[in-house]
Amino acid sequence: MRYIGKKIPKVDGIELVKGTPAYTSDFDTNNNSLIIKILRSPHPSAKIIDIDTTEAEAMGGVECVLTHKNVTDIKFTLAGQSYPEPSPYDRSLLSDTMRYVGDEVAVVAAVDEQTALKAIKTINVKYEILEPVLDLETAVDNSNLVHTQEPHVNFDIGCDHKRNIASTFYKENGDVEAELKKCDLIIERSYKTQAQAHAMMETYRATASIDVNGRLNIMSSTQIPFHVRRHLSRILGIPKSKIKIIKPRLGGGFGGKQTASVEMFPAMVTWLTKKPSKIVYTRQETFSCTTSRHAMKFTVRLGSDKQGNIKVVDISALSDTGAYGEHAATVFFVTGHKTLPLYGRANASRYHGYAVYTNKMPAGALRGYGATQGTFALESAMNELASEIGMDPAELRLKNIIRVGDSHPDLDGNILQSSALDRCIETGKEMIGWDEKYPAVFLSDSKVRGYGMAVTMQGSGIAGIDTATAVLKMNDDGFFTLIHSASDMGQGSDTALVQIAAEILDVDMDRVIVVSNDLDTVPYDPGAYASSGVYVTGNAVIEAAKEMKKQILETASRLLNVEEKELEYDGGNVSGADKSISLDELAQKLCSFEGKDQLIAKGTFGGDTSPPPFIAGFAEVEVDIGTGKCEVTDFVAVADCGTVINENLARIQLEGGIAMGIGLGLYEDVVYSKTGRMVTDSFMTYKIPSRMDIANIRTAFESSDEPTGPFGAKSIGEVVNNTPPPAIAHAVYNATGLWITDLPITPEKVLMGLISK
Amino acid sequence: MKVDTSINGRAMTLECENGEFLAGALRRYGFLSVKEGCDTGSCGLCTIWLNGKPALSCCLLTARVEGQEITTIEGMQEEAEEFAHFMVAEGAEQCGFCSPGFAMTVLAMKRELTNPTDDEVKNYMAGNLCRCSGYVGQTRALMKYLEVHG
Amino acid sequence: MMNIEEYVRVSSCSEAYEILNSVNGSAILGGCGYLRMGNRAISKGIDLSLLGLNQIIETDSDIEIGAMTSLRDIETNPILKNNFNGSLCDCMENIVGIQLRSIVTIGGTVAGRYPFSDVLPVLMALGADVVLTGAGRVSLEDFMDGKHKSDVVEKIIIPKTSERVAYKSVRNSLVDYAILNCVIALSDGEYKVVVGARPQKAIRATKCEAFLKGKELTEEIAEEAAKIVADELSFGDNVRGSAEYRKAVCVTLIKRALVGGAE
Repeated sequence: MRYIGKKIPKVDGIELVKGTPAYTSDFDTNNNSLIIKILRSPHPSAKIIDIDTTEAEAMGGVECVLTHKNVTDIKFTLAGQSYPEPSPYDRSLLSDTMRYVGDEVAVVAAVDEQTALKAIKTINVKYEILEPVLDLETAVDNSNLVHTQEPHVNFDIGCDHKRNIASTFYKENGDVEAELKKCDLIIERSYKTQAQAHAMMETYRATASIDVNGRLNIMSSTQIPFHVRRHLSRILGIPKSKIKIIKPRLGGGFGGKQTASVEMFPAMVTWLTKKPSKIVYTRQETFSCTTSRHAMKFTVRLGSDKQGNIKVVDISALSDTGAYGEHAATVFFVTGHKTLPLYGRANASRYHGYAVYTNKMPAGALRGYGATQGTFALESAMNELASEIGMDPAELRLKNIIRVGDSHPDLDGNILQSSALDRCIETGKEMIGWDEKYPAVFLSDSKVRGYGMAVTMQGSGIAGIDTATAVLKMNDDGFFTLIHSASDMGQGSDTALVQIAAEILDVDMDRVIVVSNDLDTVPYDPGAYASSGVYVTGNAVIEAAKEMKKQILETASRLLNVEEKELEYDGGNVSGADKSISLDELAQKLCSFEGKDQLIAKGTFGGDTSPPPFIAGFAEVEVDIGTGKCEVTDFVAVADCGTVINENLARIQLEGGIAMGIGLGLYEDVVYSKTGRMVTDSFMTYKIPSRMDIANIRTAFESSDEPTGPFGAKSIGEVVNNTPPPAIAHAVYNATGLWITDLPITPEKVLMGLISK
Repeated sequence: MKVDTSINGRAMTLECENGEFLAGALRRYGFLSVKEGCDTGSCGLCTIWLNGKPALSCCLLTARVEGQEITTIEGMQEEAEEFAHFMVAEGAEQCGFCSPGFAMTVLAMKRELTNPTDDEVKNYMAGNLCRCSGYVGQTRALMKYLEVHG
Repeated sequence: MMNIEEYVRVSSCSEAYEILNSVNGSAILGGCGYLRMGNRAISKGIDLSLLGLNQIIETDSDIEIGAMTSLRDIETNPILKNNFNGSLCDCMENIVGIQLRSIVTIGGTVAGRYPFSDVLPVLMALGADVVLTGAGRVSLEDFMDGKHKSDVVEKIIIPKTSERVAYKSVRNSLVDYAILNCVIALSDGEYKVVVGARPQKAIRATKCEAFLKGKELTEEIAEEAAKIVADELSFGDNVRGSAEYRKAVCVTLIKRALVGGAE
């Protein structure tokens, strides 16, 4: 292999570090753009009785004031999902009903920021203040409703707005209650996971303008350009052909930019005024007016025999989707779907519950997409079970994890075709020094180091849905253009896909240039989500590259007048029967009058399965018994992502995901005031881990060969998030004897727990 | 107001509002490497040098740089590229949005600290947040860079 | 962008004092780290940067720090590293990052009287005074009470009498504000004990100070002293922690400050 499995630098890496313009705002050089600012609801639940915008409209420099009175009331979802979306159409561009603090009341576009802000202050709104639903646990059948009208749904997702239920799910494999009766040991525990902010460094932003063809041009920092275009087409009531989307480099996404939170505002302003406009969300808006991870509550029942053979896994859950149902049903579904198969050898398993509406910021997609929450609950329960049985928790895993050839109804494609999870556990144990140090090492009267572990799985793309196409073009000088839309947000899909193309075409990587930013040019791709880049689009690139090779041989055969079967292609020349033509020469001929046949190849892939990557995570947590402060002094993560396509990129994904998981475990929390206002709406109050908080993350890969994957690869993007919270909670237990069951594990929870013990 | 300053070694007069912060002014004048990420002085994306020392341009009033020397990564392209090779060798730039500010802090540290310990490095770099990398890859890159160029 | 109608670089502290007391809505511009977030309209922004107030000077009895000295300059100053067990330098470490610390000023920190500050409790425990243009030299402790709001902070004077100083804090993320911070300083045989981020403003624990007078420090005495502090002071709730936690962790921090031990 020339490129697969190597440490290949990202194709855009050097210039990004040097600060070369690459992001939406860097290209947004129109100094005459209207600046958009939004007036937002101060109430979690309210109805607009009256809204007076006369003063704002009369103000010099104000070009456009939008309220629910003068815009379309069409209903839609902003979720970045393939059509027909499994999210309820429960929102409109601007509504007279306010469903959370920060919900949009009015949109003002003015010549500059100060004018827009000034104009916003002059808008008079009279609200009828309603009683909000702020508590996840009392939302169902609450007398106060978040949505009073029935939302349109494309599928039966169990939406029942009259009960504040956005989605209902129930799936039982085998007979849970009957199997439980046969168990020697049953544990039942409850867990809570908090909402989490994506906290990507580049806030949400988009620009709009009208081009010379009269089309609406949108430039946006988005993971889902095709879905954005479809949503805008519906909202504006114009054909998709009227909309051009440009997606520059993203300053991070993590699933946040899988929801089209901002594009509709400049789109509407520019379509109405025919003037360029832009919106750049403040950090406060990014925290409090977009989406977050779903906060969830779980009850887990595990049944086993005395030897620790798991017989039953039963999880019920409640998920807080906030004011709108973007990703409500799918995140809820994935929570069970990507956890139950882990212990797929159990006789029975069940996952069920509700995603509920509350008057809080909507939840959405965030790296891990429910599996992160489910893993905390399931893996914490597994650790508690190990402790009850008196068994090494690593042993308990090795005894029960799903193995190659095993089947489970929640496994897409039914049968597991690749897994190195057992080796991940063994390697991880060795790296952390499990056999010597578990469960704890006492350093002093006040410092104890506890050790904990967890395992997890995810998927690779969405089985039966995600379908991507890639195009390869051979240019007149024998270099190739790879055209795709996997939407690189930093993870390096542009690089990995070029590696794959160059590997198959057997050419230097710099002979393959990449175009992935312009929807007018690129073929369809759902976008960067569901851990699909390398698996779904990568497979499409393989098809395209194979097709290109085929075309090269066909055309060379014609031009050289040699039978195709006699020809060989080595990346530089096509030769056979004592004749040879270089790729350069071939390309020139094909582009010119002589050949009249420029080569363009395409490949399309959609998978019937979504092979799970696995990780075993091991935490060393130093607990200060006097303050309760926990520090992850070491975290070992061993991943099975099939074949590692690019070790640099896979490793950094793994390390970054572990850090994000440590954040979820110890530091990050979306907190609301009693009146429903988000308190943690800045980096001063919402703490992502800083460099000082991340001591050591050590990683390793245990390869497996996934038969459906490109070169045997599976995904790595999301699975990385899941092990830290349960592994840390386990380590804290081993250091202190306290099971912390609600995240994050703060010094306060630990110290107060120790005091009351 | 008009502010006479030096940017990347070149005398410049910046026209700005009294209350405009340097980050915004620099972007207006085409120094697009300067990113902003937080509005609260918390993230380090907008790090530039004020008289050779790392400073947050989002908290620095443009008026305050009258007569001072400002450096952005546009004025450090060669050194930045040297460092960039170490970053990409680890894949540690990821989305890249925090990279220019991070690189400016690294290059300043190289000048200010000799043979820094791991803790000194962490302390010096603490103000540069990154959501992608988990930091350890960045640390590997900068330690290797210091070994060769420090 | 801040809203500053007029920007003036004053040529003396008295000019600044004059403007501050005669122009409605005027304000002194320190590092602006906090001012920028207040969203207030400033009629006249007063810039002190031409006055050379960024010096750190050691005299026989004191160390003087000019109001426009950045926190980063304090943190890296050799004089301050060699005095007060380096506590004034060490307490800077968790304040966001060096890029912010090289902009925000000690004058701004003092004038802001920020209750979450890591620096103010240390200065209080060291018995620092504040030199004001109008009111002259006043103790930081009095200044913290909220007097002298329309005055100009020129410099901080710290007596070099403290023999042993210890600063302890607890925070979750290490670049977050402290959930609680504590400082003890021994000067002429007497302890000053200061607790900040309660989350109310830093305050001295005078009962504990009296208790410690003339006592030899043992583990037991330290434990008792720490409990006295937790009992005599009031604590409150905020997003970082509850009153109960603060009270509980206060005992640990004070004890560790008095007898050393785990960081």
